[in-house]
Parts: sequence; structure tokens; C-alpha cells
Amino acid sequence: MLTLKSVQSGYGRAPVLKGISLHVRPGEVVTLIGANGAGKTTALSTISGLLPARKGAIEFAGQDLTRMRPERIVTLGLALVPEGRRVFRTLSVTANLELGAFYRQDKKQVRRDLEELRARFPILKERARQAAGTLSGGEQQILAIGRALMARPKLLMLDEPSMGLAPQMVTRVYDILRDLKKSGTTILLVEQNARAALKVADRGYVLETGRIILDGAAAELQEDPEVQRAYLGKGYREVWE
Amino acid sequence: MFFQQLLNGLTTGAAYALIALGYTMIYGILGLINFAQGEIYMAGAFVAVLLLATGQVNFFLAFLAGMAAAALVGVALERVAFRPLRGSHPLVPLISAIGASIFLQSLALLLFGPNDRPFPVQFDFSTITVAGLPLSTLQGAILAAALGFMALLVVFVRYTRYGKAIVACALDRDTARLMGINVDRMVTLTFFIGSALSGAAGIMMAIYYNATYPRMGLLPGLKAFSAAILGGVGNIPGAILGGLLLGVAESLGAAYVSSGFKDATAFAILILVLLIRPQGILRGRGD
Repeated sequence: MLTLKSVQSGYGRAPVLKGISLHVRPGEVVTLIGANGAGKTTALSTISGLLPARKGAIEFAGQDLTRMRPERIVTLGLALVPEGRRVFRTLSVTANLELGAFYRQDKKQVRRDLEELRARFPILKERARQAAGTLSGGEQQILAIGRALMARPKLLMLDEPSMGLAPQMVTRVYDILRDLKKSGTTILLVEQNARAALKVADRGYVLETGRIILDGAAAELQEDPEVQRAYLGKGYREVWE
Repeated sequence: MFFQQLLNGLTTGAAYALIALGYTMIYGILGLINFAQGEIYMAGAFVAVLLLATGQVNFFLAFLAGMAAAALVGVALERVAFRPLRGSHPLVPLISAIGASIFLQSLALLLFGPNDRPFPVQFDFSTITVAGLPLSTLQGAILAAALGFMALLVVFVRYTRYGKAIVACALDRDTARLMGINVDRMVTLTFFIGSALSGAAGIMMAIYYNATYPRMGLLPGLKAFSAAILGGVGNIPGAILGGLLLGVAESLGAAYVSSGFKDATAFAILILVLLIRPQGILRGRGD
């Protein structure tokens, strides 16, 4: 469904991504884990078109995304829940959700989707008229996910959905991801919280300073000693005891 | 006397507010002060006056044509003077705006000459008494029209799809693009609407002062800029409030302090605001 072939991109002169290749198949939940500054957000920005790929190829649903603008890419069915949520803070919750469906022409279906979403996440109905900026961090994250779902994505990409959230909200957000997975949504999940991400994912890639150093089934990665040491915080106890 | 001055102030203030809306909307979406806003005001007035002078066009049509012309000047300006400069240092488009302002003034001077033109249509305005207070129907009509335009704008921004999209672009351009919003198109739309409002103000003031001339936009442009700063630049209700307050302050200042300082009042307020409350009365982009 989504394929990246030796993609390079970055901001200044030095590339952040030094040629990464990965793929996501329909129905899969794939996670991209790595430390701060490894290039995870850069990868999602490049796929969604905000950042041009300098080299390599990005293909989604048979289309070449490499030179495509982000406002066009979303119409192909690729939606991003950006890092830090980025809700439109002075606009109402409902306005945020409506903007998620901005490109869609099927107005009746958009209204139905909105109702469905509100039934699924009652908070979006309770806070419908409130400015998005007044919501708590976790509520904003739910709003950001809802906004992306309003685009009816074939592939949903999430950038650090657990960042800055209280533990019970992290659980709540991951419950939502599990539900989405169950309903067949294809997901590319970027996380620093490797433990949570690997639990929900089918497969994973480990990104380190712009390169993919490891990939495999999520269950395998969870057991990999290198991943455990670097990203899951295991191993210290064994060393000490 | 006080009531009359208040009404005078509200009338010119309404014009400042309409121009200030152009400043504030454009600043909101581009972070740019378009110093040619006053010339767009002038362009609207000229087109309406020239059309009416032919005697072939009815007033409302000429008014709409003036607004449309102002809108097109604004859109063209964005294409020619601002869009090619995206991503450059913020001072660069500012200088470009000042250049555009001088260019448009000179062009008008060349095309239409330096003389004041009276408004070609005579209206039958009178003074009526409302609740024991005298009200000029001209001022009443200008105020009503200006407030009507402002209400339309607020409704557009708050309740329509494109209005919300413009706010989204002002708040967070990249995220707006992720929603499928074409930012360039929203910038064009913003210039179109903001300039149309300035054009409307120009026509109203051409009637009010009975004079249309190439430099007519200079002072109102600068005063509206002060009004936008006063209200909190980037903030739509702020621009309306700032414009009306500035007009009233100017009018009362002229009546009770010194009429010689009338024009200085606006800039004294600008300096005070910048010193005391630089974010303006109502702060914030995208509201």
C-alpha cells in the first residue's frame, strides 16, 4: 500500500533521513520506533508531502508521491495526526473535525461520519462548541485522531500520539488504536514509546540517526536484546543483579 | 455637540475599521503588513466615481464594481509584489508593500491627475431626529453599510467552510495543508475579501468627503494600520473595535483638544499602544 525506497530528506544541508526503505501492507499496523532525533517525524513529513524527498521514491496506492503536494496527497487517502496534535486551537471542536473532511465532496456522508465519530468519542460531542485549545492534552489527541479520520484515510499515520500525555490517557489513546486496528484501518505509527507501540503493531522498524537498523515482526522486536536495551529500558536489572 | 462628534468619529472610524480588517486578515494569514491597503481603498473609490461619472451606471452597480476592482487590485498585488518574495526576510515584503503603495499612487496620479473629483451623484441627505438627537442620514447610511459588511465578514469567517479554512491557515499553515486546504488559494481569497472591504470604505469616504484623489488613501491607510495594531493585529473583532475607537478618539480630540492635532491623534495612539500594550486590546491571530 505504502512503499518507501531509499528515501533521503531533511531540512538543512545534511540529510536527516539517509535513505530509508519501508513498506506498509493493507490492514497492517506498522510502527517506526527510535530515539529523539532519529528522523521519525522527518519520515512522516516526507511521506505526507510537507517536506520534499531529495532522493528515492515514495509510492502510495499505485501513485508516486515524491513530487506531490500535501493538499493533494490527503485526497489519495493518506492522513497524518501530527506530532504535538496541532489542533486549530481557536476553532471549535466541530470546526476542527469538519476541516478534517475539507477536501471531501460527499457532504452527506461527511455528516454521517461526524455523527458516527461523536458516537464513538462522546467527548467530541460534549465539547462540540468549545475552542479546541481549551481541551486537555488527551482530549486534543482524540480530536486530532478524529480530525484525521474525517478524511476517511486508507492509511492513517500518527506521530507520537502518546507524547506528553498522562499514563491513563496513553492507555486510552492506545485503546483507540487497537479499536481502529480491529476495524481494519491500516496504520503507520511513529513512537518513542516503543513498548506501547510494539504491543499494538504487527511489524516494526527501528530508526537510528536516519537509517533503519532493524525490522521485523513486532513480537520479535520486543524480544530482541538490542531493542530491549536501547528502547524498552530492559536489561539494566539483569546487569545489576 | 458631543453626540455629533461621536457620530462623526464613528463614521470615519467605520471606514478605518473596514481598512483595518484588510490589514488584519492579511497579517493573520501571511504575517505581512500590506502598506498598500490605502491605495486599494483609493482604487475602489476611483473606479466607482469614474463609472458614475459616465452617467450610464447605477449607484449600486458602481459600488459593487468599485469593490470588485479593489479586490482585483489586491489579488494582483499579492501575485506580483508578495508571492514571489515568500520565504525571504520579513522586511523584504514590507519594503515591497511600500513600493507598491508608491507605485499605485503614482499610477493614479498619471491616469487621473492630481485634482479632487467630486462624487458624481448627489444624494438627498438630510438630518433627522432620532430619540431627540440629530442624525445625518448620510452618516447613518455609511455606518449601517459598514457595520453590515463587518457582520457579513464575521459570519463568513465563523460559519463557512472557506472562512474556517482561512482561520486554519492563519493558525497553522502546515496542518491546514494536511487537511487538503490549498493555502495559496486561501491567501488569494483573503486578499480578495480584505481588499473589497477597503474598496467599499474608499467609496463611502468618497461620498462623505465628496473628494476622490490619488493620495486619498495615504492617511486613512496609516490610521487603519494604527487601528489594527490598537485592536490587536490578526484579530478580526479587534480591527473593528480598533477602527471605531480610533475614529471616535480622533473626532473627540479634534473637538475638545485641538483640531490642528486631528491627524496626530491616531499616531499618538499607535505609539501609546506600542509602548503600553503592544499585543493590542484583543490579542491573537486567527480569531
